[in-house]
Amino acid sequence: MSIANVLLVDDERPFVETMTKRLTKRDLDITTAFSGKEGLDQLDAKPNLEVVILDVKMPEMDGIETLQRIKSRFPLVEVIMLTGHATVESGIEGMKLGAFDYLMKPCDIDVLLEKVEEAAAKKRKHEEKIVEARMKEITSRRA
Amino acid sequence: MKIKLKNSASMESRPIDTPFYQSFSRRMVLILILVSFTPMVLVSGIILDEFRISYREKIHAHLAELVLKHKQNIDAFLDEKMGDIRFVAASFTFEELADDLFLDRVLENLRREESTVFEDLGVINEQGRQLSYVGPYQLKQAVYADADWFQQAIKTPYYISEVFLGLRGKPHFIVSVRGRHEGKYWLLRATIDFDSFNSLVENLRIGRTGFALILNREGEFQTKSTFIAENGEEKDLYQLIKRGERRSNGVYILERTMDTGQEDIYVGAFLKDEDWLLIYQQDAADAFSDLRRAQGIAILIILMGGLAMVVTALILSKKMVRQVAELDQEKEMMNEQIIETGKLASVGELAAGVAHEINNPVAIMVEEAGWIEDLLEEDDLKESENLSEFRRALNQIHVQGKRCKEITHKLLSFARKTDSRIHEIELNELVEEVVGLSAQQARYNNVEIRVHLQEQLPPMRMSPTEVQQVLLNLINNALYAMDGRGGVIDVYTRRKEENVVIEVSDTGPGIPESNLARIFDPFFTTKPVGKGSGLGLSICYGIIKKMDGDIDVRSVVGEGTTFTVRIPIKPDRTDTPGPRTEPETEAEAEFSPTD
Repeated sequence: MSIANVLLVDDERPFVETMTKRLTKRDLDITTAFSGKEGLDQLDAKPNLEVVILDVKMPEMDGIETLQRIKSRFPLVEVIMLTGHATVESGIEGMKLGAFDYLMKPCDIDVLLEKVEEAAAKKRKHEEKIVEARMKEITSRRA
Repeated sequence: MKIKLKNSASMESRPIDTPFYQSFSRRMVLILILVSFTPMVLVSGIILDEFRISYREKIHAHLAELVLKHKQNIDAFLDEKMGDIRFVAASFTFEELADDLFLDRVLENLRREESTVFEDLGVINEQGRQLSYVGPYQLKQAVYADADWFQQAIKTPYYISEVFLGLRGKPHFIVSVRGRHEGKYWLLRATIDFDSFNSLVENLRIGRTGFALILNREGEFQTKSTFIAENGEEKDLYQLIKRGERRSNGVYILERTMDTGQEDIYVGAFLKDEDWLLIYQQDAADAFSDLRRAQGIAILIILMGGLAMVVTALILSKKMVRQVAELDQEKEMMNEQIIETGKLASVGELAAGVAHEINNPVAIMVEEAGWIEDLLEEDDLKESENLSEFRRALNQIHVQGKRCKEITHKLLSFARKTDSRIHEIELNELVEEVVGLSAQQARYNNVEIRVHLQEQLPPMRMSPTEVQQVLLNLINNALYAMDGRGGVIDVYTRRKEENVVIEVSDTGPGIPESNLARIFDPFFTTKPVGKGSGLGLSICYGIIKKMDGDIDVRSVVGEGTTFTVRIPIKPDRTDTPGPRTEPETEAEAEFSPTD
């Protein structure tokens, strides 16, 4: 079993490919997408995806917009933003929109891995809480 | 732009001597002089001319009146003397008068009344022989038969002669009355004392050069002439005066310019049936001396006023032109500054674009290297003898990739638009960031930048970009000052009472005393033309002042310069607008690009 099911969204194909190899080697289950739209499709197709690594700067649908859509449709999925450079503005915006964290390219693979693990843990915790809540609901209903 | 113009007089090197400003200045001087001179000259000219005409009229009238009065005096004098003699002739018989003793008594009586006007008395018969005589000369029995005056006197009942020398060899004139005795004419004649007659005319003296004289028809002097030499020229005076302007009271006035350029006024009145002419002559300059003085004063005033106007016009125009030139230059500077700012902005945008574009490939390269590193972990590769060499190379790729990343990130953060929004910042981080930016340039200049930061400075609320700009400016100035000769820049931060102090100290050549007071002035620069706008420090000054802080400078020539920036620590305000959810993350995102 992999550490986490990760969707990697970036328009830079070589980057995605290398990243996939490296992250797969570190026991992550990687799904790739080369645009925001494709990323959303993948999320639709694979409900077991837990964490999205999302490039901010992409043609057509950019990272922020993609983030918004992901968050509205898959609120439990955690998103780690990646960008060429960090500005306060986009950082704040990303945070406001519910991104889990913000990393700068090129990023250290270990830092990224750590963040992904944290994000996945957070997601699972959320899910557990939801499950618990449901169970409580069910048990209370029974009672 | 908020620049405090501390000392506008610092702009000295004006291009005021260019042809444009010179002609501008000339035009202004010309217009000022023309506008102020024309009315002055016109008004004073007209007034002066009117004054001259009326004054001249007044002088003429005055002189005419004077001459007329004297003429009347002389007429009265002659009439009176004639009356005296007629009375004597009528009162006494020929026999009585022919007696010397009796005549002597008569003369005495006359003299008692008329003082010494009558010099002598004599009775002359038809043949011209003087029968009796009383007087200072021995003229009894003198014969006058051939004398001009006698021949005329014997023909008329009353006669006043011209002035002549006669037997006594002294100028005199004769008043005679013709009588008739036993069918024969006889004459009673009296000699008028020349001096007393003369005094009538001589009294008529005005000013320095005004005097009177009497001429007869032939132009011979009838009075003593002390002023006009008998050079023959005055012989024409008689005719000349007659051609002059005749006034209603019978006085002639003439102004004549001599060959010598001297102007004379002649006033004449005829006496004794136009036989004699009373002439008053005065140098015009003397007669009109008051007018001349007034004219002189007026001209002096005009000249002085004119001089003052010219000087004022010169100074005023120079001042104005200088001001215009200053404004022009300032404008030019501003334009240059705007262009430069625009250039900087576009360079910044370009840099940002390049940084973005480079960032992705670098990221891929680093990832690829990472992948190779991962692959090196595979068992079959572990035995490779070059394993350590592989690792070193990959590590190098990592290090250089990181370096690229740092450069691009700094470029990007620097190219960001100036942002005067206030954030809570850690000053020390900011200082390190700026020093990091300048480090490369410092290395080229062989300069070491040492940072001495006091730990635990309170977080400051200020615009990071502005503080960045100030620090960057100070460090760049220090680098420029050391100009390749190398040295050390020390940057200190410390807390001092309620202020945070940043010190930037270099080991450059120092700033000369004369420049020290002006370095914060806008446009003051020691850099060559085109290299510096001279705005750096003045912008710093403006920024620091806006923060209620201050900036000052200590410099020792040959040892170095220290700029000290003091920024007050403001009490933390909690009423910050907008959601400030995670300030730590924000600060991290912006100021820790190295993670």
